[in-house]
Amino acid sequence: MRKFIQFLTVSIIVFSASVLSADIKPAVIYDMGGKFDKSFNESVYNGAQRFTKETGIKVMEFEVTNEAQREQGMRKMAQRGANVIVCVGFAQADACDKVAKEFPNTKFSIIDVGWLDNSNMRQYVFNEHEGSFLVGALAAMASKTGKVGFVGGMDIPLIRKFACGYVQGAKAVNSKVEVYQNMTGTTPAAWNDPAKGSELAKSQFDRGADVVYAAAGGTGAGVYQAAADSGNLAIGVDSNQNYMHPGTMLTSMLKRVDLATYETFMDVKSGNFSSGVKVLGLAEDGVGWALDEHNESLISDVMKSTINGLSDKVKSGSIKVHDYMSDNNCPS
Amino acid sequence: MSDSNIIPKWLSVGVIPLFNLFLAFCVSGLFIFLIGENPFKAISVMIKGSFYYPGAIGYTLYYTTNFIFTGLAVALAFHARLFNIGGEGQAYLGGLGVGLMCLIFDQYIAGFLVTILAILGSVIFGAVWGIIPGYLQAKRGSHIVITTIMFNFIAAALMVYLLVNVIIEPGQMSPETRDFATGVGLVQIHMLAKYLGLNVAMSPLNLSFGIALIVSIGFWFLVWRTKFGYEVRSLGHSETSAVYSGIKVSSTIIIVMAISGGLAGLVAVNELLGVHNKLLLGFTAGYGFTGIAVALMGRNHPFGIFLASLLFGALYQGGTELDFEFSSITREMVLLIQGLIILFSGALAYMLNPLVEKIYLKYYGNFNNA
Repeated sequence: MRKFIQFLTVSIIVFSASVLSADIKPAVIYDMGGKFDKSFNESVYNGAQRFTKETGIKVMEFEVTNEAQREQGMRKMAQRGANVIVCVGFAQADACDKVAKEFPNTKFSIIDVGWLDNSNMRQYVFNEHEGSFLVGALAAMASKTGKVGFVGGMDIPLIRKFACGYVQGAKAVNSKVEVYQNMTGTTPAAWNDPAKGSELAKSQFDRGADVVYAAAGGTGAGVYQAAADSGNLAIGVDSNQNYMHPGTMLTSMLKRVDLATYETFMDVKSGNFSSGVKVLGLAEDGVGWALDEHNESLISDVMKSTINGLSDKVKSGSIKVHDYMSDNNCPS
Repeated sequence: MSDSNIIPKWLSVGVIPLFNLFLAFCVSGLFIFLIGENPFKAISVMIKGSFYYPGAIGYTLYYTTNFIFTGLAVALAFHARLFNIGGEGQAYLGGLGVGLMCLIFDQYIAGFLVTILAILGSVIFGAVWGIIPGYLQAKRGSHIVITTIMFNFIAAALMVYLLVNVIIEPGQMSPETRDFATGVGLVQIHMLAKYLGLNVAMSPLNLSFGIALIVSIGFWFLVWRTKFGYEVRSLGHSETSAVYSGIKVSSTIIIVMAISGGLAGLVAVNELLGVHNKLLLGFTAGYGFTGIAVALMGRNHPFGIFLASLLFGALYQGGTELDFEFSSITREMVLLIQGLIILFSGALAYMLNPLVEKIYLKYYGNFNNA
């Protein structure tokens, strides 16, 4: 009998321990770009990987291949007992909203969306204009011709927000700077068209630009290649892309979607999950610029101190970078 | 395509396709084994994932519906020996028909009337996108393969322009229209079941599946039981003899392409009226192209197309489940498996015929000839 009780206690302890450790089941629904897009989705993947590495908890993943699978994927994850699901990108807003209402006990977190209203959902909005402001200032300082370029992906308000911040940054250090802007296209295909990205960059170089900032997902690879081929400078986006062409990558505008993913999982794990809209800007380290061994030779001490000065002013609020999406307008 | 005359029909249409499928699963299993997973478990997940899990069969039949429409569209054109590769564009334009009808009328008239108008709209818009290449083939001799491929691109460009610049809901990022008014659209099966007091797992399966079945029967009747169907088939067998027997070739071609386009346009009914409830970019997701494989596998017969559609629907849905279940099986791996099945049961469909003929003749040949 004593043995039986012993067995019972042990099994209860083991059982409850396994319940505790199985307490959090995180999941990510990547969008059409796929988790290895070297940009937006991959950054989320890196955040999930970091969480797994630090906690040992596996993250369930799914990559959608058509429209109907977004909702299916989220619902499936919730049914399988995922208690926190990260929805990646504004294209998933409708599906995420719908499934979040169906599963009020599951936590959701969505990136680049700030207009939904669910008590079990956290929404991340990034101040891309602030990060773009800094790299714009860097571009204007690095430019010898006084002309810089911008290549956007799909022509949507979000990307105009990048462009608008970039122009303001360039003008902040050189009021006479000329900025050329091109969008790759008007469809999601514009996120993955490196050939066209390269053409657009070349045409901007021909017009005299010598630094080009690409906010265009996979299209950026073509822009960086064109800059490397012609000896001009390029600026990466979302992830740190400096390593792609060391020596011609001036810097990268970091958008820490990995941080958003990691933070969401960690908060759920520690029971500190909160709903509502979270705005990540310079002050929160949600956006920034990348300095590493691949581009340190391109960044002089003067540039570094100027940028840090600007960054402090943005953080303290003494410089206000205009957000294109606040009024769909960019002051020139 | 010519079926063997030596072996009986039950072998050529019943047993050989199953063998092909089996071979495809074997090769797929090899690849799954190579990446370090258990192939038997993977196959069982795929089968359970498409028929057994809650909601699985709903998803399978939802995909099946799309493939029936595009498969029939391609098959009808095949009967007249026309290769309609434009199913994708015709479906896309069908979506424009649905979208316009809903956006224009849904504020003014009752939901079910709008739905009927939208279904008609999908057929008419899809038909127009079939008629133009049909006319160019019949009257101008432009090859239908070339024109239908080009019309896919034109459809895509047109839809992008309209969705980005004209009918987009203002103030948002995705190129989509506003939601159609409530009451517009086809009811989903799980809602219908709930209304009848049954509990069916949620899935996008909707009444379009019923439309697909009715259209399949109509297809059979049209092709094998009407004068027009006879004309289509004789045109397909030999154009010169069709001319000789007094069949108006050019008008037959145009009508065939109109019906074919209209059938493809019905994909939009399943996708937009049944699921999304708005017009959005890229909803066709390649269903028009897969329809070609479906028609080939289904031997251009509605029943065969139904079975082939079911297979492809199961592949799509089961593939999704595979992606869920195994972290090492990515969506590219799923695509590989789907590709192998298409390869073995479509492109290599007749590979086994000589072997089966030999075996058959060895055991039954004498008996048959006697």
